[in-house]
Amino acid sequence: MTITATALSTAATPAHRPSPRIAAVAQDATVKLSIQDLHKSYGEHQVLKGVSLNARKGDVISLIGASGSGKSTMLRCINFLEQPDAGVITLDDQRIEMRPGRAGTRAPHPAQLQDLRTRLAMVFQHFNLWSHMTVLENICLAPRRVLGVSAEEAQARARKYLDKVGLPARAADQYPAFLSGGQQQRVAIARALAMEPEIILFDEPTSALDPELVGEVLKVIQTLAEEGRTMLMVTHEMGFARQVSSQVLFLHQGRVEEQGSAEILDQPQSERLQQFLSNRLK
Amino acid sequence: MNNFFQSTGLHALSLQGFGPLLLQGTWMTVKLALLSLALSLALGLLGASAKLSRLRVLRVPATLYTTLIRSVPDLVLILLIFYTLQLWLNDLTELLGWDYFEIDPFTAGVITLGFIYGAYFTENFRGAILSVPAGQLEAATAYGLNRIQRFRLVLFPQLMRFALPGLGNNWLVLLKSTALVSIIGLADLVKAAQNAGKTTNNTLYFLIIAGLVYLLITTLSNRLFKHLERRYNTGIKELAR
Amino acid sequence: MIELIQEYGPAYLYSDGAGLSGLAMTLWLFIVTMVVGFLLSLPLALARVSRTLWLRWPVEVYTFVFRGTPLYIQLLICYTGLYGLEVVRDNAMLDQFFRNALNCTLLAFVLNTCAYTVEIFAGAIRNIPHGEIEAAQAYGLHGWRLNLFVILPAALRRSLPAYSNELILMLHATSLAFTATIADILKVARDANAATFLTFQAFGIAALLYMLLSFALVGGFRLAERRWMRFLVPARG
Repeated sequence: MTITATALSTAATPAHRPSPRIAAVAQDATVKLSIQDLHKSYGEHQVLKGVSLNARKGDVISLIGASGSGKSTMLRCINFLEQPDAGVITLDDQRIEMRPGRAGTRAPHPAQLQDLRTRLAMVFQHFNLWSHMTVLENICLAPRRVLGVSAEEAQARARKYLDKVGLPARAADQYPAFLSGGQQQRVAIARALAMEPEIILFDEPTSALDPELVGEVLKVIQTLAEEGRTMLMVTHEMGFARQVSSQVLFLHQGRVEEQGSAEILDQPQSERLQQFLSNRLK
Repeated sequence: MNNFFQSTGLHALSLQGFGPLLLQGTWMTVKLALLSLALSLALGLLGASAKLSRLRVLRVPATLYTTLIRSVPDLVLILLIFYTLQLWLNDLTELLGWDYFEIDPFTAGVITLGFIYGAYFTENFRGAILSVPAGQLEAATAYGLNRIQRFRLVLFPQLMRFALPGLGNNWLVLLKSTALVSIIGLADLVKAAQNAGKTTNNTLYFLIIAGLVYLLITTLSNRLFKHLERRYNTGIKELAR
Repeated sequence: MIELIQEYGPAYLYSDGAGLSGLAMTLWLFIVTMVVGFLLSLPLALARVSRTLWLRWPVEVYTFVFRGTPLYIQLLICYTGLYGLEVVRDNAMLDQFFRNALNCTLLAFVLNTCAYTVEIFAGAIRNIPHGEIEAAQAYGLHGWRLNLFVILPAALRRSLPAYSNELILMLHATSLAFTATIADILKVARDANAATFLTFQAFGIAALLYMLLSFALVGGFRLAERRWMRFLVPARG
């Protein structure tokens, strides 16, 4: 199923022209990742009040919403950087078994957890590159130590993905602190790709970047979307979200207020989404 | 060596035959310092992880350990532990029907100094662990590294960077504290110097020599720590001065 | 245990019949060392950061030597070593000075703490934001006025955490006085032990007394920091 180009609406940011939505996902594509009715509280404060989503193979899903709406928490529950209080997560029809953990939360079995984390790779808002290692070492660490990939194979992957994100080969021996923000984030993306994950999770990948560096990172993400990779992205870049997403979820105060194709960004149905989008343009 | 000094009339400036004794004393001091360092580093790492643990049963004793030990002078602890340890050991061996077992000053010194400075190193390591940006470990978790891998590959290299200045300082304090063990009878450098001084009626001279040896060791230690700091700071951008 | 306290209680706390002892003596040692050391360290700290070589270099050597050698050796030199010198014994004033164990001990303690304090203050002086000094100079403050009214106050406040640490270490170091036969807490403990053989109790009481002193000192510093270092804490919005 393809979606025809939508007309430029007043809600679009001028920098992004409308274009055919990139990742065309078949209607009957298999559901890769399923999240049902996720709940999460921090003490008294309930951050997630029952959120769900279904990611099909090749989906590019954008999670949008105001600060505190729970979108980052939702993403971080998927790879269990946060422990959900309730809910079901299923990857490839395999339900992640959760046992009661600390303080009433539910945690998966360590073996299953590690397996899960090798199939989902995360790109962080603040890059989180390991500052005492070179770029090459950063990219090779997880493949070598977790997947058991050989040193030569890992280095080959590193070079391949460094090239893919548009960094020269000589960047491999640099330390992260000496690269620009945009370069560091691209290294972080290469690090994620080197794990050859089934799903890539992006937690506000451009929020910590200077405006002029945002574009280079978005370009890389766009390339990945065009390749048909399954990606979940928490983002504030509305124009970009409209451009690449096959699904958009709008979260408000811990619930999915509205969801649908990228069109909802042009034609928001709910009042809250309308308000959110108009606020963004001010 | 002695003949050289005697023939040139500089006899008074030489070590007057006490060279070997002083050397032995120096070696004893160095041995004591290094072994105590090893013990206290181990205790420091354990203590720091206990103090940062979620379990009260680990956190409370660790906090008591650091607070109490650091509020009592080294010398008092050395005497307290040396004498009471021997007494408790006597009681224990009597109870179990074993032979009388005497702790020599060296062992007592290592145990005591290791135990005392373990408390100081606990604070060093604790502060260092807290200084490592949380994102570093988060990324390691997200990429599937297990706890041992996280510690060895990510946490330890980074915490050393923050811990080294404090560790270096406390090493120097530990080194100087080894002089106190001579009070409980250990034949270390200070004791050797005192003995030499008493025999030749020239205490000041030999004490100054002992002081110079310590000065030498501290200078070498400082060089070593500067080198280590540089090594653990690779990849960090220094602020332009 | 009770007899121990009854018999030696006064000695531990203030007097063993022959003079000041125990807690009182330790406090006396600490306060004198602290005050003299502090006063001496101020001009020496200024010399330590001076650009004039013949001012800076002697102080540098002094701090290098006194921070690089154990206090115990320094004490032994002052107490047993120097008195052996002929030049000391011949001079009436020096002879009188070094005969007294308390003088020797205080000399060693003062020189030691002063060395560490000088380095702490010198470091704090170097860390004063240069703009503050420039502003003072622009308003006509020079020489001793600049030092007294701008540099030293700024440096002293900034060095409070490090200096308080040094003071606690100095308090601990006073326990060495017993090796020079000074009747401080530790000497009373050793005498009590020798008489009663209640080792753990005798030294345990000493440890307890030092603990109380340390906690009191730490508490005092927290209050001082709150009052004098408030200007460094960023206002929470």
